[in-house]
Amino acid sequence: MATFIQLVVDGLSTGSIYAAIALALVLVHQATGLINFAQGGMAVLAAYSAWWLTARGVPLVLAILASIVLSFLLGAAVERWLMRRFERGDPDTAVVVTIGLLTLITGICGWLFTYNNQQFPSLFSLDAVSFLGVSVSQRSIGTTLVIVVVMFLLQGLFAGTKLGLALRAVAINPQSAAFSGLPVERLLMVGWGLAAVLGAIAGAMVAPQLTLTPGMLDNALVYALAAVILGGLSSPVGVVVAAWIIGVLENLAAVYIPLIGYDLKVAVPFILIFVVLVIRPQGLFGRKTVVRV
Amino acid sequence: MTLLELEDVTAFYGPVQVLEGVSLSVPENGAVGILGANGAGKTTTLRAISATVRAGGRIVFDGKDIRGTRPDRVAALGIAHVPEGRGTFGDLSVRENLRVGAYLRKDRKGIASDIDYCLDLFPNLQDRITSNASALSGGEQQMLAVARAIMSKPRLLLLDEASLGLAPSTAKAVYDAIRRLRVESGIAMVVVEQNANLAFTLVDSATVLETGRNVLTGTSAELRGMDEIRRAYLGG
Repeated sequence: MATFIQLVVDGLSTGSIYAAIALALVLVHQATGLINFAQGGMAVLAAYSAWWLTARGVPLVLAILASIVLSFLLGAAVERWLMRRFERGDPDTAVVVTIGLLTLITGICGWLFTYNNQQFPSLFSLDAVSFLGVSVSQRSIGTTLVIVVVMFLLQGLFAGTKLGLALRAVAINPQSAAFSGLPVERLLMVGWGLAAVLGAIAGAMVAPQLTLTPGMLDNALVYALAAVILGGLSSPVGVVVAAWIIGVLENLAAVYIPLIGYDLKVAVPFILIFVVLVIRPQGLFGRKTVVRV
Repeated sequence: MTLLELEDVTAFYGPVQVLEGVSLSVPENGAVGILGANGAGKTTTLRAISATVRAGGRIVFDGKDIRGTRPDRVAALGIAHVPEGRGTFGDLSVRENLRVGAYLRKDRKGIASDIDYCLDLFPNLQDRITSNASALSGGEQQMLAVARAIMSKPRLLLLDEASLGLAPSTAKAVYDAIRRLRVESGIAMVVVEQNANLAFTLVDSATVLETGRNVLTGTSAELRGMDEIRRAYLGG
């Protein structure tokens, strides 16, 4: 039983990392209708910038905050000077551009910081706390809590603020949005900037566990995509819950289903996607889009 | 006082010239129709005004040439475009659509009372206030599109084919509401309409376009029932 709870809590914590990337994907998708494959790469760049600062003696919290600000600017700049050229055209082209951007950012990180693993200091202590006879690391709890807070902030942004409403309106119909006076281009920059901020948070949470490498979040991106599809593209709460389900199930499957083990656990979320898409194509929490003419 | 003046406006879609010199004059509180067959340039004229297509000539609104302004800035000047195909936000609720319409406004009380006014003008929307726009019928979507435009408190409303695809009784209901809006608010209007008889219930005067040019302009009374009007539509 103790192992089980331990596995669940660890699963929630890794699931939270997928969740943060997944939230960033949802945000960009809500604002532009695109899936940004470079989201993980941008997050890694943010983590490297935080790491670079700590290596020069800047306190960790300040370094992470600085990397968050930098990420916002980077996200906005990517929209302004790269994605804007492709937003009006074929969405497939734009998606391929984001894949190219991922490759480019990974290359730049490798060139600037080498491909060697770098130690990234942890925001939370590794000490364990005892809980119901199970010892759980403070880092697992801290990571999960941070993501829960971010999730509610994002849900609140979309549902309860003028900015969130404007971001959604721009994504659905940029022309009508402009007819109502919404500054479409500026809103798109803000959307990409906020998504990059979420990525930076994820990067800072995961880097201590995985150690920093240019490809650190490649796996997490795949899981995050799985979470986005499972949870439904329109629901921040949905994708977080889906990411947790994925994190927990993959952990449990690796231990309790010998056939799967640690080698095959990467397949678990995809089997799950397959089943969900057959039963509920709009995702677990997504809304069915009804089109009427 | 003239609110909007178009002088010799031209427009291209790529190499194809769609407007070859359209003129139009809309007085303050006035309503002017643009009639004509498919492809005559009616929609493009509206798009030239709202800056969603690049135009030549002069487009003067409230004394200022607004050509080359960004679409959202044109909206901020007080021009609300209700596009062909309605352009409602499908995944947003009716209330959210209306709030987007009021994006540029800061007066919470005014916004709330204008939402009430829209629901009074289009009672069909009242029961659908929390439904997604995509779940509305065609007529309700058209009403929502007009209501969203009203929410920005415009001085000029650009209405594109508000009757398109609607049952005759629904189209009439939409035009009845817009006529009431005109009387109560005094918003000036440019009305593009295939159905000339429906247009004449709303506008004071109209111009007929043929291949991107004015061929006939007059008051509703003068134009009603003229052979040229029929010809413009039948292309004969």
